[in-house]
Amino acid sequence: MIKVITGNDAAAYGALLSRPGIVCAYPITPQSQIPEKLAYFHGRGELEGRFVNVESEMAALGYVTGAAIGGARVFTATSSQGLAWMHEGLHWAAGARLPIVMVNVNRPLGAPWNLTCDQIDSLSQRDTGWMQFYCETNQEILDTVIQAYRISETLSLPAMVCLDGVYLSYLSETVHIPDQDMVDRYLPPLNPGHKIQGGGWKLYDILPPDRDPHAGDFMADRYELHKRASQCLTTATACDDAFRELFGRGYAPVEEYRCRGAHTILVMSGSAVGTARDVVDRLREEGHGVGLLKIRMFRPFPKDLIREKLKGKKKVAVIERDLSPGQGGIFCQELKWALCGEPEAPEVYGLISGLGGADITPYLITKAAHFVMDSDQCPRDAIWLGLPKRKHPDEYDGSIITIQ
Amino acid sequence: MSMTDQSLRYSDQEFIRPPHGFCPGCGVALALRYFLKAVGDRVILVTPPGCSAPSISFPKPSLVGPKGLIDVIHCPFGSSAIFAGGIKAALETKGDTETQVIAWAGDGATFDIGFGALSAAAQRNENIIYVCYDNEAYMNTGNQKSGSTPGSSNTTTTVAHKNAGNGEKDLLWIMMGHDVPYAATATIAYPDDLMAKARKAAGINGFRLFHILTPCVPGWKYPPHLTVKLSKLAVQTGLFPLAEYEKAGGLTLKKKGREKPLEEYVRFQGRFKGIDLKDLEKWKAAVKRRWHRLNRVSGISDNSLS
Repeated sequence: MIKVITGNDAAAYGALLSRPGIVCAYPITPQSQIPEKLAYFHGRGELEGRFVNVESEMAALGYVTGAAIGGARVFTATSSQGLAWMHEGLHWAAGARLPIVMVNVNRPLGAPWNLTCDQIDSLSQRDTGWMQFYCETNQEILDTVIQAYRISETLSLPAMVCLDGVYLSYLSETVHIPDQDMVDRYLPPLNPGHKIQGGGWKLYDILPPDRDPHAGDFMADRYELHKRASQCLTTATACDDAFRELFGRGYAPVEEYRCRGAHTILVMSGSAVGTARDVVDRLREEGHGVGLLKIRMFRPFPKDLIREKLKGKKKVAVIERDLSPGQGGIFCQELKWALCGEPEAPEVYGLISGLGGADITPYLITKAAHFVMDSDQCPRDAIWLGLPKRKHPDEYDGSIITIQ
Repeated sequence: MSMTDQSLRYSDQEFIRPPHGFCPGCGVALALRYFLKAVGDRVILVTPPGCSAPSISFPKPSLVGPKGLIDVIHCPFGSSAIFAGGIKAALETKGDTETQVIAWAGDGATFDIGFGALSAAAQRNENIIYVCYDNEAYMNTGNQKSGSTPGSSNTTTTVAHKNAGNGEKDLLWIMMGHDVPYAATATIAYPDDLMAKARKAAGINGFRLFHILTPCVPGWKYPPHLTVKLSKLAVQTGLFPLAEYEKAGGLTLKKKGREKPLEEYVRFQGRFKGIDLKDLEKWKAAVKRRWHRLNRVSGISDNSLS
């Protein structure tokens, strides 16, 4: 079935088709239509599982964590402040090795209030042990939710599917909604790796029964979590291959777009990737050697893939919708870390753009590409792309590079 | 008041197997022992941070039934009612309606950090038993003031009886306001009563609350052999009314109580040393108000409600 639907509806359809036993909800802008849509499905009898309205995001995550302990497939969704309110629970769910799928609609945190788009909310949760996927289109949202269940349940680790607030959550696109029996073929019923009642699962959360729950084992436990997380890329790729085979479409953890023969590569994630594709097309037509790398999987960071795909490139421009104040962009940090020590690694330009829902326009991306291509010195600090012009330009520190 | 069931009291089923980590004379250990005797081992215990979670986990798992270790799930501090609800919901969707999921939480986890979660779980009528074992402060972290600490008590954060607030928060009353299917108070000085209530609650569906007073040797500062005596005095002085609320039958209040002066209870405990007489009078007045409130409601008989 082909429908024109919003990103929020796409997320809800992805959850519906995955047949969760327990869905938990707490509203927050710009995510609220996801629980609303699932409540609608539930009201019509299409969603067979339970739909539970809870009192906070902490409760939403805690409830599905409890339900995952009880062996149910679970779903919840949140955004921004709500995700921060879950922070403790995020660590808990990953530490307990529970297969949980959650959608996060990317929105910044106050102060000041901002209800639009920024990826800082989920990027701030990068060290919790959750896998993170960033979607470009509404179709990708629906498909990624379904894929996330298979990946999460294969590894017994939680997964977060991220989509840009407003740009994806509220805007409609054509989405192919797969048939239930196709999804059932891709995603068999959950067979949890643990059994809560009658043995197997004992003290200290979800450690294997032969594990002594002493503090000294914590480090060994974290080592195992780290090791398991490092399998995510292989598992995610295998799950995508299987998806591609059944549905005829798929999404690489790191996707190259017109990178062959390019010397300068734009690195982006989320909804702005679509805009960047058009910009790259135009720049290539004009004869510029510019390509695009889309990072879909952020946690664990696919460092080997990125090293491989940036091999031999001269310059990289990371354009991102987040800021670690005083430091720069988070994708940029991760990418620099991946490239550190590589022989003849490309220069990495970090560009901050689109914070708090500001538009990352074709004009800005084009300007950024030209700036990077023309530059003969790579600045160490972040470049501000699209910083609004003020009446008194002096208000900005002269040492900051801005592209407007 | 609940019928006394002697067979429960003398059941030789024991589910706490030493070594466990409870202090000598710990009221919580007794409460847990009696509670499990009453509801059996087909349970999952959800324990937030507090005295119980480490005490039944270290130095080794110490809750054991005939079929092996009893399932214990640790959870974040404010999440006991939430986790318990989620676990129970999952079990029910998988066809298990027998297993009792029990949130076993202290007063800090109940009166303070998990209060919103408790209220919401009660309002949703989650099919769980929520037990608040109340030792009237954050005893696991070394005796800091909680929302259940009496206003005139010394703790490490209410030094010289300062900064304690008024100290009144009637959990049973609040839960009655949620119209839960079942809510009861109990102390370990009356194990027959405690176990009969626990067994009755196990036969009821929906949200069930227990508020169990559990004296704490190091926190309340009294010799270990007085744990049961203090539990009894808390009832006899009227400080801790033994009550039972059922949605169908209303509130049943054990009328006995207040036959001894509050001073009897206070004088055995180091935490009240140097208590201001004015504070004691204020406290007595609060106890009186509580009884007045409960008495008004408990006058409504089974029939007039149904």
